[in-house]
Amino acid sequence: MMFKKFNLNHYINYIVIGILTVVLSVITMTGGRLDSSLLFLLEKIAISIILAVSLSLVVGFLGELSLGHAGFMCVGAYIGGKVAALLEDSLGNGLPTFLIALLVGGGVAAVCGIIIGIPALRLRGDYLAIVTLAFGEIVKSLFQNTSDETFGGALGLPTPRFDKKYLFIIAFVLVLITLAVVQNFIRSKHGRAVTAIRDNEIAARASGINVTKYKLLAFTLSATFAGIAGVLYSFSNYTVQSAKFGYNYSIEILVMVVLGGMGSINGSIIAAALITFLNTKLATVLTGDLAVLQNLLYALILIVIVIYNNAPALKSFRDRYSLSVLWKKLIRRKHDPATHKDDEAKWDVVPTKIEMNEVLSIDVVPPEAKGNTGNGGDD
Amino acid sequence: MADYILETKDLGISFGGLKAAQNVNIRIKKNQIYGLIGPNGAGKTTVFNLLTGVYKPTAGTFYLDGEELKGLPQDKINHKGIARTFQNIRLFNNMTVVRNVMVGLHDQPEFKCSVLETILRLPRHFKVEKAMRERAKELLRIFDLEEERNNLACNLPYGKQRKLEIARALATNPKLLLLDEPAAGMNPHETEDLVKTIRFIRDNFDMTILLIEHDMKFVAGLCDEITVLNFGTVLAEGDTKTALNDPEVIKAYIGG
Repeated sequence: MMFKKFNLNHYINYIVIGILTVVLSVITMTGGRLDSSLLFLLEKIAISIILAVSLSLVVGFLGELSLGHAGFMCVGAYIGGKVAALLEDSLGNGLPTFLIALLVGGGVAAVCGIIIGIPALRLRGDYLAIVTLAFGEIVKSLFQNTSDETFGGALGLPTPRFDKKYLFIIAFVLVLITLAVVQNFIRSKHGRAVTAIRDNEIAARASGINVTKYKLLAFTLSATFAGIAGVLYSFSNYTVQSAKFGYNYSIEILVMVVLGGMGSINGSIIAAALITFLNTKLATVLTGDLAVLQNLLYALILIVIVIYNNAPALKSFRDRYSLSVLWKKLIRRKHDPATHKDDEAKWDVVPTKIEMNEVLSIDVVPPEAKGNTGNGGDD
Repeated sequence: MADYILETKDLGISFGGLKAAQNVNIRIKKNQIYGLIGPNGAGKTTVFNLLTGVYKPTAGTFYLDGEELKGLPQDKINHKGIARTFQNIRLFNNMTVVRNVMVGLHDQPEFKCSVLETILRLPRHFKVEKAMRERAKELLRIFDLEEERNNLACNLPYGKQRKLEIARALATNPKLLLLDEPAAGMNPHETEDLVKTIRFIRDNFDMTILLIEHDMKFVAGLCDEITVLNFGTVLAEGDTKTALNDPEVIKAYIGG
């Protein structure tokens, strides 16, 4: 019965990433030599995908702007790296250490998610964005100003690099787990509640949705996976330096989500892989005097992609040649009314922008914004 | 036990010095269709916002089926049995029609399923999802929306959006349904249809309905009893004909 409803579109991202992982694993296992810089790039891509998918939960599905995602990652990287450094002598730097570090790093990041989620219940839009931005910077400065013995201070925390070559396999398994958790969450009644809050918070409350609970849940889940990405980062590098986790990096993650189309998980994955690849290539190709061109080129490419995706003048061109159209032609799927009836396929339908007029045209002022009585928003 | 499904006692709210509503006493019997009318700015929607917990009353209190609900947050009040629609339609525009209704079903006890169960895709998740979809389809069938169930809510024509909003409110299984200007912007044909729908809801869902409306013909034809508000206070109340013919009410509407 379950197989009858099998919807390829739902599982395409698992399948593609799964096959990719298996093929690359087989190549390494059978003694094929993969360039270590390629392995490093794969690890970086996996980290970016986890970050983008988890941020997409908050930005794309909850509809709140978060600019502090790198902050959660920073927490995961430092805590996970520290745990690994402590365990290195007794357990080595293999899988057991990694798993423990993962649990601790992810857990601490989750706690931070709750802490930042609580103001998120009272703030919205730009104000929340500012709070998350500040959170990211605070975390960064905190770790920067620790003593050399605890978290390495300004020099960074030396972390044990994972001892085997197959870290990228673990990284991609983590990508699959992230995908499974985030997608299963979104494609459930709970995810429906979250998107309802995004679409119309007042109506969601009136329909009996516990807005507090779901906002906090989305924030915490998102932060946990950012923390996991951080732990992965600490195992993929020899040092964790706080300077890496500035707001620039948060915005880079946000760019991945926006570029991929808000509310589209697959889009986030592709954008994350693309941007990471682009950044790494630009950094290796443009060396010496040309290094100054890195950011310029990166920005130019981003501008071109955004214009291509959104310019009305290019619409007819997109309708003919966009990837999704080509894909549909490739597998020759007809618009079968029977399959169209199945509304399972419409989980991810969202506009590419958060509609500000929707946010601003509130006919009833929520009690917490107004404070008419003392017992306003303490629900 | 309670004689009235909804009973407000001197309900009121003031914003600073402005008394948006004061001493509002409304008593609605079970299965009544009750009208709340008044000129613009009379405080009708304010009363709705008080009853649904958007505002906390600064004076008085109100009871649903004998239970005091004053001060509860909006979602709790909904769980206790008050559902509403909005003056300017508030749907989940980027979700399909069927999912809009399923959001309304979210907290029904028979559709309980924890976050962990859905993430791990345990059997209960599939069972609950299927049952919710079936129930939502049933509701949509009543409102003649089943064909449109996979369209985005924002793509529905106006009259159907109104109906969908009512369907979503009914999905929360309320004891009392609040309709804020359900006939606003409708043509005579749609209004007629709406009257039938509201009667149908009352009879088949065993529902009590409180509605705000400006269309006097609509109110006179549909409501058993009404309360007339003006400047936040009750001007007249009682059975529809008497209250509408009250000289004070005519004066408030026509002036002079």
